[in-house]
Amino acid sequence: MLKASKKEEKRFANMQEKRKPPVPLGSNLIRAFITGGLICVVGQAIMEILKMLGIPPDGAAGPTAAILIVISALLTGFGVYDDIGRFGGMGAALPITGFANAIVSPAMEFKREGFVLGLGARMFTVAGPVLVYGLVTSTVVGFFYYLLKG
Amino acid sequence: MQFFWAFVVGGILAVLAQLIVDLTKLTSAHVMVLFVSSGAVLSGLGIYKYIVSLGGAGATVPLPGFGHALVEGIVKAIDKDGAVGILTGGLTATSLGITVAILMGYIIALLFNPKG
Repeated sequence: MLKASKKEEKRFANMQEKRKPPVPLGSNLIRAFITGGLICVVGQAIMEILKMLGIPPDGAAGPTAAILIVISALLTGFGVYDDIGRFGGMGAALPITGFANAIVSPAMEFKREGFVLGLGARMFTVAGPVLVYGLVTSTVVGFFYYLLKG
Repeated sequence: MQFFWAFVVGGILAVLAQLIVDLTKLTSAHVMVLFVSSGAVLSGLGIYKYIVSLGGAGATVPLPGFGHALVEGIVKAIDKDGAVGILTGGLTATSLGITVAILMGYIIALLFNPKG
């Protein structure tokens, strides 16, 4: 069997790299800005409504996130959030709606691999790391807060 | 005015995330993890609360806001219950969002099939 030398492999990898279309950086950034901004405006609107219903301002962020998660999960089910994601890139992934999408989308897709190791496990492909590192970092921060407070 | 700042702050966070994805080899999952952790650290340093008071939902809806909510919950629990709060406060404060997300993931996966 013919085997490409390391050097040739590297040359080929470089060629592949050059073939890739240049990333349209400017338009990606504008779309991310608009998408991320608009999702937060929807969040702000939900928050204002909750405040009008008598929920205290400092307690409104949690319920707002929960409502956004429900909306995003439904949009993911109907296949709409995929389109938002294709348009908005990180503008769609970074808000809590993107976190919800990252849970719902693989849950739907891997249902065919079974309800336990498919749906149940794949749900956390992206959400798992987010929860793990969020908890680890915040626990370390909390530990220092406890030490410095004492 | 609050809507304007929500748009601007949420938009800027998204642009920062998009820049990292476009200019480095990190995937969107890496950046999501990075931003949750950054939010927790900025919250611990006492900085993120200023971003929240400026941006409102623009700061709490993106993932750094999730990290901020974890730390805020831990701080509150430490002030109330002492050391055990380090381990209880984070999930207590974020239980609503996490539970809703998992439930919705399950329900939607039962009811819908992926498109295409």
